[in-house]
Amino acid sequence: MTFSPELEAKFARLVTHYPPGRERAALIPMLLFAQDEVGAITPEVVQEISRRLKVSPLEIEEVVSYYSMLHKEPRGRYHFQVCTNISCMLLGGAELFEYLKEKLGIDNHGVTPDGLFSLEEVECIGACSWAPALQVNYDYHHWVTRERLDRLIEDLRKVS
Amino acid sequence: MLYNEPHPLEVRVLTRRFGLPNSQSIDTYLATDGYVGFRKALEMPPERIIEEVKISNLRGRGGAGFPAGLKWSFVPRESPKPKYVVVNADEGEPGTCKDRVLMENDPHQLLEGMLIAARAVGAETGYIYIRGEYRYIIEILDRAIEEAYARGYLGRNILGTGMNFDVYTHTGAGSYECGEESALLESLEGKRGQPRIRPPFPAVSGAFGCPTVLNNVETFCAVPAILRDGGAAFAALGTPRNGGTRLFALSGHVNRPGVYELPMGFNLLRMIEEVGGGIRGGRKLKAVIPGGTSCPILKAEECDVAMDFDSVAKAGSMLGSGGVIVMDETTDMVKVAVRVMRFYQHESCGWCVPCREGTIWLRKILERLDAGRGQPSDIDLVAEISRNMLGRTFCPLGDAAAMPTISYVQKFREEFEARLPKKVAVETPLVVV
Amino acid sequence: MEELVKLTIDGKQVEVPAGTLVINAAKAAGIEIPAFCYYDGLALQAACRMCLVEVKKAPKLLTACTLVAQPGMVVHTETPAVVEARKAMLEFLLTNHPLDCPVCDKGGECELQDMVFRYGAGESRFLEQKVHTEEKQFSPLVYFDAPRCILCYRCVRICDEGLGVKALGVVHRGVYTEIGPNRGDHLECDECGMCIDICPVGALTSGRYRYKTRPWEMQHVGTICAHCSNGCKTTLGVRNDAIIRANNRDRSGLNGEFLCVKGRFGFDFVEHPERLRTPLVREGGELRPVNWMQAVALVARRFEEIRARGGRIGVIGSNRTTNEENYCLQKFARQVLGTNHIDHHRTGDVVALVDALAGRTGALATTGDLYRTRAALVIAADLAQQQPFLAFQLRANWRHHGLRLYAVTPGPVREEQYAVRSVRCRPGEELAAVEGLAAELKGEPELVILFGDAVKGELVHRLVAFGDSLGIPVKYVCLVDYANSRGAADMGLLPDLLPGYRPVAEAGLERGMALPEILAAPDLDALWVVGANPLKDAPLASTAAFVVVQDLFLTETARRADVVLPAASAYEKTGTFTNVCGEIQQLRKAIDFPGAKTDLEIFGLLARAMRAEIGPANPEKVFEEIRATVPGYNVALPVLAAGGAAPSSPQNGRVPVEWRPELIRSARDTLFRSGTLGRYSQALNSVTEAPGELYRG
Ligand SMILES: Cc1cc2nc3c(=O)[nH]c(=O)nc-3n(C[C@H](O)[C@H](O)[C@H](O)COP(=O)(O)O)c2cc1C
Ligand code: SF4
Ligand code: FES
Repeated sequence: MTFSPELEAKFARLVTHYPPGRERAALIPMLLFAQDEVGAITPEVVQEISRRLKVSPLEIEEVVSYYSMLHKEPRGRYHFQVCTNISCMLLGGAELFEYLKEKLGIDNHGVTPDGLFSLEEVECIGACSWAPALQVNYDYHHWVTRERLDRLIEDLRKVS
Repeated sequence: MLYNEPHPLEVRVLTRRFGLPNSQSIDTYLATDGYVGFRKALEMPPERIIEEVKISNLRGRGGAGFPAGLKWSFVPRESPKPKYVVVNADEGEPGTCKDRVLMENDPHQLLEGMLIAARAVGAETGYIYIRGEYRYIIEILDRAIEEAYARGYLGRNILGTGMNFDVYTHTGAGSYECGEESALLESLEGKRGQPRIRPPFPAVSGAFGCPTVLNNVETFCAVPAILRDGGAAFAALGTPRNGGTRLFALSGHVNRPGVYELPMGFNLLRMIEEVGGGIRGGRKLKAVIPGGTSCPILKAEECDVAMDFDSVAKAGSMLGSGGVIVMDETTDMVKVAVRVMRFYQHESCGWCVPCREGTIWLRKILERLDAGRGQPSDIDLVAEISRNMLGRTFCPLGDAAAMPTISYVQKFREEFEARLPKKVAVETPLVVV
Repeated sequence: MEELVKLTIDGKQVEVPAGTLVINAAKAAGIEIPAFCYYDGLALQAACRMCLVEVKKAPKLLTACTLVAQPGMVVHTETPAVVEARKAMLEFLLTNHPLDCPVCDKGGECELQDMVFRYGAGESRFLEQKVHTEEKQFSPLVYFDAPRCILCYRCVRICDEGLGVKALGVVHRGVYTEIGPNRGDHLECDECGMCIDICPVGALTSGRYRYKTRPWEMQHVGTICAHCSNGCKTTLGVRNDAIIRANNRDRSGLNGEFLCVKGRFGFDFVEHPERLRTPLVREGGELRPVNWMQAVALVARRFEEIRARGGRIGVIGSNRTTNEENYCLQKFARQVLGTNHIDHHRTGDVVALVDALAGRTGALATTGDLYRTRAALVIAADLAQQQPFLAFQLRANWRHHGLRLYAVTPGPVREEQYAVRSVRCRPGEELAAVEGLAAELKGEPELVILFGDAVKGELVHRLVAFGDSLGIPVKYVCLVDYANSRGAADMGLLPDLLPGYRPVAEAGLERGMALPEILAAPDLDALWVVGANPLKDAPLASTAAFVVVQDLFLTETARRADVVLPAASAYEKTGTFTNVCGEIQQLRKAIDFPGAKTDLEIFGLLARAMRAEIGPANPEKVFEEIRATVPGYNVALPVLAAGGAAPSSPQNGRVPVEWRPELIRSARDTLFRSGTLGRYSQALNSVTEAPGELYRG
């Protein structure tokens, strides 16, 4: 399979970051970056990265199934990751998560039928002092309230 | 970007450039004494650099508070292997968000800290291991790294001194355990985040089996100031054996949550009252987790404590990662216990028996208790399971799950008891093995 | 001199070599520290936390499995804190472990069960729902039940470190962590089943054994594998005259924990429905069942008659029958039938090697040498496929002692994974490639050279001359294929050599015809084939020859026979085998197969019917004679009796052989093939890897 030229360039640089013979070190970044582009760690992605880094598919599976950000199933275009860990919980993170479930009509790890949104309850994302917080894909949203969520979702619907 | 207003009580050493226009750029950095510490280090023999860091009483900001200078001195001087500098930017400890702002607002400070460490131990390569969620920080750092190369602060023959040093960012992909130093190194090498058997410690055998200096972001970020102003000056900012300032991530039920740089030894109640603006809605303080969820909780009456490693330890908890989680009187401690255990269960790598089985068992009991389906014996059982994990797991994650849990049931036992069903539960028959 | 370290364990003074782990130091002192994840020879894990001990001055309990003994260290293994920690670990392990011991295959030989019995608590405080997943079939031979798994990672390590296959991995995390196979939902591997045996609990189970019986209902018979030349010890679990399983869980014998797919699962040929149960005699062009008396009488009569008229009798012996049988067969042929046309399928040029090494001792490497030698050179052999235990041994040597391996090979071989140098060469040019390595090999302190059938005849002498030129101690292994190929040559199943490589002239005999000449002789009067299938590859020229075949199955050769005598398999007899490295080991009879007789018994019956004297048809007696008369076989009986391997040491002068390289031909069996026997093993045929194209190891 082929990746975009930008990603190819990134990969080409990436493998030079590690000592000779230790190219496997590039595995996790490669998987994450490929997932960002392809949408999931598909069997094709596994095969391709296995070939490039000379890491067996089983070794890749060991890694993919370990890291919570790596996933084999595609997610929504906007992946909502709501932190419900302690600092966020104290300020209503769990309630926001419930609210989102209801609003999007999906469960934890669910994807809306139109493929636009998906939802995940996540552990601390490093925004505790500005809680409650969530990430949509890689973007942080702090001091989240229901109203701000409503607006955010509306905006995202509009752009797509 | 600043997410919260600075506070006048702050002593801004590491955060001194926060809020400056273009604080991320090398020009701003150079205009504000940037790379001065490194230039000084270039003039010093490596042992002197380490000595200066020792004098500063800088202790690791990642959680354990190990003296940084001492750690650096463990790296073998004569080693045929290449050496590495690795930054722990995994910042996974719940309640902690300080490394993020350090990297976001002043990336060059981190690079300078790495350069000084590299100089001190003779490393030629550095990696910044960043949690996967901090993607935008990687972009900021990559830009800073590019600038540093362009200005001759990284790469071959740095500033004409013959020193070589390359720095790369490296993303994680979602695993708290990868903040544990040896698991981090495994992850850096492209593997599961499974901790390694120690000894050997990273200083002797770290990244790619080579001697490695591994510190937290904040630890490295303190180093430029130490070299610039002298270790003694840094030490003087704090308390004995606890040099300098530290970034506290104040969160929870305070009026002004935020990341604040305060001198080591700053009083916790004062931090809550004056810096944090007191408890929201005029409620009463109930308890504080002083350094991230891995630390035992302090009841309100235990909170009159100086926030340095030794004092907090004496108070029965830990300074940890500097994540100060404040809880008011309405806080449900059973829910806190459940949420914290859910976290550790989710993040347990599964390698060793007590952590793998202990965290899920505790989670299930606590959830059952919370749901009102507990048994009177459950409360003691929670404490005992935790004690059975304590000190016996492969890595400290097991302790991090057990210690706070013991503190919850010990200090807030009545709340757990109140959750027991009113009617006596039907005795469940003992399962005989 | 090894440096010694003195420490105290439970008050006992213990002295161990520097670097010894406390768990082993304790064992040396007779103190057992419980462990699941620690496994001798495999990487350290410190995962199960069973081995926690108290060490003076240490702030907390330490794992004895990773703790290196230090001078003056004071260790306690049974303090209240240790005992309590152990109990806690067992309680943790049992929380998510199903308590289905009564129906678990491992029940009775489960390390978890034993450990709980010894150290554990008697009751469970775990009232929660257990984490459950369904059992999975990894392959027809390997099943995995994740809930029972205690995650000791032994299986993963033996597969990766031990075999170099890495077919098992660790997937998911935390309490959901599981062992996963390399092809997503199934395994594609050596199917050696080492993971099953090494599993301390019933998580990995054998597709052939599961749910068949309880361990204590079987008799356990330690014998030698019937398949390849490596001579692994295998313990057969027997019930009601049926072999239920084979394993080597006790790690005894020269192979330790090792067994390959054939050794572990390939025993089932013995019960194949096509197994011969009665003698057959050709009548009107058809083979018809007769009783033993009739069959033996017929063969005796015809043999006597042909001998009496000076007819030509050819005898083809077996690579699979015991030394005793081979010895008797040649004796029968030479003394009773008066023929010297005797041979066997030669799979490697043992004769040329013995000749080239004439007059030396200790130049033949043992399997033990393979584990200890500092350097080894493999020439034109795919060890992982054809010599699995030797491959395992070399790999273990590399892991434990840093063996420096050189490979000269026409195709890819697994040894290349870790070889310091591997040279690809065209077939036929192996020796030239080897000679190109002279400069490098000279730098080694010692060397073991293993060579396949590409090096034969004169080339063997050239190889030994090359070895001599290196100026370092060199030992050799001539790779042969079947369970007793070495024994066939050693026992004189050769037209020009008596047992012990003595020239036939010593017995006043002329050199006889070799195997292809026997088959090609148009005037052959009789052909006697014992445990071989020569007609699979070549026709029998003489249409008139009277053909007698002793075998387990109606092979291509047996179909041509006039008389077929059903023979017992290796698992149905006692006697000795000599493995590829010349190590003699004892077979122990595990079962009786109704209708079949051992080849030795058959020789006895025939001799009696022909009123000839070849000595008692009793393996012990025959072996006595071998010990007394065959050079190199005067081994210590107690070693054999104790299940050990005794190295044979042929010491002789030049062997007056004619080089016949064209007679040397490896069977090129793979891991999943084993000549005739393999064809009748359902287990070997059940795995997807068997065809060989899919899986090249
Ligand atoms: C489970 C676990 C998670 C950890 N997570 C982090 C982390 O996210 N960031 C960090 O700097 N240190 C973390 N640590 C501490 C590191 O192991 C290590 O002590 C630290 O990075 C050393 O740097 P320092 O001496 O500068 O504190 C963690 C430790 C454990 C046991
Ligand atoms: S399957 Fe058996 S050998 Fe493998 S990890 Fe589990 S318990 Fe250990
Ligand atoms: S044997 Fe030491 S931890 Fe398992």
